[in-house]
Amino acid sequence: MPTSVMPESGREAPGRSRMSPKSVALWIAVALVGALAWAVLALSRGEEISAVWLVVAALGSYAIAYRFYSRFIARRVLRVDDTRATPAERLEDGVDYHPTDKRVLFGHHFAAIAGAGPLVGPVLAAQMGYLPGTIWIIAGVIFAGAVQDMIVLFLSMRRDGKSLGQMARDEIGKVGGAAALIGVFAIMIILLAVLAMVVVNALAESPWGTFSVSMTIPIALFMGFYMRYLRPGRVVETSLIGVALLLLAILGGGWIQDSSLAEYFVWSPQTLVFCLVGYGFFASVLPVWMLLAPRDYLSTFMKVGTIALMAVGVVIAAPNLKAEPVTEFASTGAGPVFAGSLFPFLFITIACGALSGFHALVSSGTTPKLIQKESQVRLIGYGSMLTESFVAVMALIAACVLEPGLFYAMNSPAALLGPTVDTASEAVSNLGFTITPDQLTAAAKAVEEETLVGRSGGAPTLAVGMSEIFAGVFGGAGMKAFWYHFAIMFEALFILTTVDAGTRVGRFMLQDMLGNVWKPIGRVTWKPGIWITSALVVGAWGYFLYAGVTDPLGGIKQLFPLFGIANQLLAAVALAVTTTVLIKSGRLRWAWVTGIPLAWDVAVTFTAGWQKIFSDNPAIGFFALRDKYAQAIDDGQLLPGATNMDDMHTIVLNNTVDGVIMAVFLLLVLTVLVNCAVVCVRAVRAREPLPTTEAPYVESRIDVPEHSEEPLVGARS
Amino acid sequence: MSTVRKVLGALRWYARELTGEAEYDRYCDRHRRRHPRAPVPTRREYEVLRTLHREQHPQSRCC
Repeated sequence: MPTSVMPESGREAPGRSRMSPKSVALWIAVALVGALAWAVLALSRGEEISAVWLVVAALGSYAIAYRFYSRFIARRVLRVDDTRATPAERLEDGVDYHPTDKRVLFGHHFAAIAGAGPLVGPVLAAQMGYLPGTIWIIAGVIFAGAVQDMIVLFLSMRRDGKSLGQMARDEIGKVGGAAALIGVFAIMIILLAVLAMVVVNALAESPWGTFSVSMTIPIALFMGFYMRYLRPGRVVETSLIGVALLLLAILGGGWIQDSSLAEYFVWSPQTLVFCLVGYGFFASVLPVWMLLAPRDYLSTFMKVGTIALMAVGVVIAAPNLKAEPVTEFASTGAGPVFAGSLFPFLFITIACGALSGFHALVSSGTTPKLIQKESQVRLIGYGSMLTESFVAVMALIAACVLEPGLFYAMNSPAALLGPTVDTASEAVSNLGFTITPDQLTAAAKAVEEETLVGRSGGAPTLAVGMSEIFAGVFGGAGMKAFWYHFAIMFEALFILTTVDAGTRVGRFMLQDMLGNVWKPIGRVTWKPGIWITSALVVGAWGYFLYAGVTDPLGGIKQLFPLFGIANQLLAAVALAVTTTVLIKSGRLRWAWVTGIPLAWDVAVTFTAGWQKIFSDNPAIGFFALRDKYAQAIDDGQLLPGATNMDDMHTIVLNNTVDGVIMAVFLLLVLTVLVNCAVVCVRAVRAREPLPTTEAPYVESRIDVPEHSEEPLVGARS
Repeated sequence: MSTVRKVLGALRWYARELTGEAEYDRYCDRHRRRHPRAPVPTRREYEVLRTLHREQHPQSRCC
């Protein structure tokens, strides 16, 4: 097997490696199978096709991208060097830095990047049909998302595990660094609010879901005390007990739903908002061993288990895709789930799974401090992201196996659907799809929910899709309700884990920032400081959550684009920083590797942001909608969506806030981009390479056994 | 039979490594090498240290 590393110093560079005839044949076969699947997807018109083709197209493309493109990036662009000691080796302290087995680190990193994001975006994007979403998820991850994750991971590793914000400050300058830091914080707030809104929409008025999800808190507390006092450190054993209790909680939810206790678990969206905000606050101030750590273990186990189950389910059940390949909403931009045309809005609706800026924070966090050998950034950075992308493909499949009529009845805003199954059925037929009121009632009954009408947010749709697929493989139609609530539960679990961790990270960032102004608040052990900053963070995302949940026009429709744009803007920051560092370190020739995704991402986000601010179409532009409703208030009229004048004022206020936030995001990112451009020009003009903060070369003393580089074909799931 | 045992062993190894349960063993090894005379902390003491560290180094979870 050829060595895949090209040392930039030390040993003599090996010659061009030749592939053996056997592996040439193998890769030609992979390429042919992948191409066949793509051809089936692209050419089928009018007839239903099997979801298996989507899976094959995805896996074939991933395998080829991993084998060839990620290897090219590692060898040519980054020039990874396994003779160079990684920070894990040089700075080993047994705590922050220690060389970790690459398979274990892959699991760690994957658990940190993947959550509910790739499950939500693709479901909403199914509005435009399965084809545009699939193409963007796969092409996006190969050329942008996985590239970003891998290169940020590499650059951070070469800088002893510095965070993205620090790298921006060191490599670009103070202004860009500060803008990046504020941008990251603001983006995180929106992210938490939108994710929390998904949970609220999934649990509102559902005693089964509410009971089983709220049981995760006592379960986590029990696990926390068990691990601290009864069996210290026995994480695997405790997690297995936790998972068993969790499954019991799901079954218990079904029992609660049918009992007289059900009424205690019928909570309004507003009540749920206050519960979540309170929960986020306590999770941030309580010791980590009580709530945060055990929930994290639980969520990791559930994540791996469910994703594996989903892959098996999709392949065995091989459901047919009921959605059209491309719907008319792709060109008209008049879709009920999210407004706007395919470019740019599809590309911001699917962020996680294709290109997610948030990953740059994880890739420049703990992971770079644990890598054994430089060449492993390929598996850990690129490979983990491919796996997340595969999760997104499965979520898209789950949404597309539903009858389109049901999809639109679930995901359109309540204002459009009206209060009953009859009005919803009529609204759906106005959109050009059919579903009878009886079918809507039957669909809700099959999963034992009061109603499925207007259950936007993506989670319920995914859960119905998954219950459909799972029930086909395990347990039959009688198990549908269980699988539906299983899916709701695991999505809520992911999101609450993100909310826990995000609030805590946000609190540390805020303490750090405010500490520059007023010293005591920066001290991480000063209790009042912790309380104040935690309250500020939960207050900030709680505000957007409340505004979204009470928005008469549907919070998901209003806030999801903001979330998608924010996430992709963060990706623009990460890609700009990496491009700058590549140019500064004399790799101008290869700057296109991050430069092209950067250009694409900037085009998408700035077009979307521009339209969201300046479009005079009230369905798209925040300010256009604001003006329309403000005008109506002056005229004393009520417009659709509002039931009274208070609603009208709420709509005006929300759209003003959203529009201003959008503008602030764009300006912050523009600052970073301009600053990067200045540094790049300076670097190109300079005779000598500009100084970078890369740690100097130290020869590695560890040898990694079984240093095989070739991936197993199809091992991407 | 031995294959089953091997697979189960591998799963257990992976789960222990992934959750950080195995960190204690590594810590003890390291401790014995570096400070041969000092007593090794008990599991309970070590876990307190580990959570304290986690307390001060929050890790982002993405969406």
